[in-house]
Formats: sequence, structure tokens, C-alpha cells
Amino acid sequence: MTRYLMPLAFFIILAVFLLIGLTLNPRQVPSPLIDKPAPKFQLNQLHVPEEIMSSDDNLGKVWMLNVWASWCVACRDEHPLLVQLANSGIVPIYGLNYKDDRNTALQWLKRYGDPYAISIVDTDGKVGIDYGVYGVPETYVIDKKGIIRHKQIGPVTVDSLEKKILPLIKELQSQA
Amino acid sequence: MMHQFSAVVKVTIFVFVLFLIFPLSTWSKEALPVAEDPEVEKRMLALTVDLRCLVCQNESIADSRAEFSNDIRREIREQIKADKTDKEIVQFLVDRYGDFVLYNPPMKPTTILLWFGPVILFVIGVSSLIVFLRRRRLQIEDVTLSQEQLKEAEALLNENKKGKNV
Repeated sequence: MTRYLMPLAFFIILAVFLLIGLTLNPRQVPSPLIDKPAPKFQLNQLHVPEEIMSSDDNLGKVWMLNVWASWCVACRDEHPLLVQLANSGIVPIYGLNYKDDRNTALQWLKRYGDPYAISIVDTDGKVGIDYGVYGVPETYVIDKKGIIRHKQIGPVTVDSLEKKILPLIKELQSQA
Repeated sequence: MMHQFSAVVKVTIFVFVLFLIFPLSTWSKEALPVAEDPEVEKRMLALTVDLRCLVCQNESIADSRAEFSNDIRREIREQIKADKTDKEIVQFLVDRYGDFVLYNPPMKPTTILLWFGPVILFVIGVSSLIVFLRRRRLQIEDVTLSQEQLKEAEALLNENKKGKNV
């Protein structure tokens, strides 16, 4: 009896592992930056190029950093959600305009809506490298002490907002 | 035959003329400028062969033409010029993108299964093969044949021989 059951058991174990493998997304590489201080930056603003925004300006509040570009198609998918979230006033969203052209970016915001408290410009993608950006859009949740608590790779979805991002933000906001 | 041959020649000439009219080089993009310093380029290449492009995951950063890899190559060139050691540069990338950028993963608690998994599987396979063979050998018993059975066997063998001859 075991003679027949052994291969069957072996096959089932193998099948379970393969099934688990199917549900994993190889494009989602866990970021080593989680629970580490957000990389510092000082970048020009998109709307007012003379003004500089520093990452330290946001110390003391919970905020989101959304990496976007006008050439990024998936950014269009998540954009209405971001506009909605910004209107709700739950959390300020800052935009990192990644490797983009200023005029096109401004037009893009005019057309699809501007959810960003401030958009900053990363023309050569240097700050992007610091943040480990490899697939736009990417969104970071940063806490009051300036520590990255969550990274969403790819578009923000209703599901990810409700299950992960919003509860996390609520928790972080209640912290001192 | 002659007819066929001339057709081949005609097609060849046609293709040749096509290439003369539309040289391929006009379609291909101009080569990207290589860094001025060949030494820097050499070190950069040696480093990037072992780094994974996160956008096109089965390519190394040295091979990939993705925008991401262009940026990383540029970053590495700049760091080489800034006199950073290879170790520092790799650490810089691992800090930002994680161990996944390395094609050669470091040995640490989370990667032990990755490093020794194949050896463990091999040991399991070999030992179960040995157990299986031993058990089978035990099952084989020597059976002594009686005179009658021997005769019977001989008769069968002879019959077989005759059959083959016919």
C-alpha cells in the first residue's frame, strides 16, 4: 500500500509548492528600505521650480510619497483613487515626478487631476535610485519620524488601500 | 534547373538592391556614447555582469538596455569616478534594492535553504535509493530446483532452439 501512497504523497507536496509559487509575483521584490529612515532629498518643486522641498519638511506627520510620471500608463489607473484619497483629507500625498518633462507633467496633472500637496521633480532619477524605485508607480507610506513603513509596488488599488494602507496610516497617525 | 537558378539569382539581386536603397543602418539608433574612460567602463562592466536588472529580471544590468539599467550603469560609473570600492558600490545597490539585485546571493539565515537545498535533496535521493536496493536484494531468495524441474527447463530451452532453426 505505501508503495503507491508514497509517490502520491510526494506528488501532492510538490503540487502544493508549485501552487504557492503560482500565486507569488516575481516582480514584487521586497524592499530593504522598510522600517528604515526614508532617504533624504532636496528637490525643486514641479509647479514652482524656484522652490525647493526637503524630505525633512514632512517630519512630524504621516505622509505618502507617490512616484509618478506622465509616460507611465499604470499611473493613470491609480490616479482617480489618489485624487479621491487626497480629497478625503486623510493623508497628504506628495508626488515624485520621476524622469519626466516638466511641461508634459503639468499638462498631465491638469487633465487627470492633481492629488499632490506638492510635486517634486527628479529629472535624472537619482532620488528614485535612493528609494529603490524600479517600476513606476510606486508608493511609500512614511511615518512621523520619517521612517518608511510600507512600499506599494505598482498601482494603488482599492483592495490595497482598504486592507493595508489606510489601516496602517490610521495606526501611524495615532502614534506620538 | 536553369530556370530555377535564374529565379534565385533574381531574388538575390532584388534583395541586394533593396538593401542598397534602404540601408539598415539608417534605421538603427546611434550607438550610446561609451564613457570616456575605458578603465571605468571595464570596472563597471565587471560589476554589472553579476547584478540583476529588476525590470527585466532574467538579464544582467550589463546586458540589459532597459532604462533602469542605463540609470544604474550611470550611477556606478559616477561612483567609480568618485573612488568608491567595488564593495561599497555593491553595498550601495543592495541597501536600495535588496539582495535580489545580486545574482550570487549571500549566505545568511534566510538563504540557507537556497544554498543547501539541492545538497539535502541529493542526500535524500541517494539514501532512499540505497534503502530501496538493499530491501530488494533481501527479497531475492535462492531456490533450488528439483531434478524434474531441471529437466523440464532443459526441454523448454531445447524447444526454443529448435523453433529458432525453423
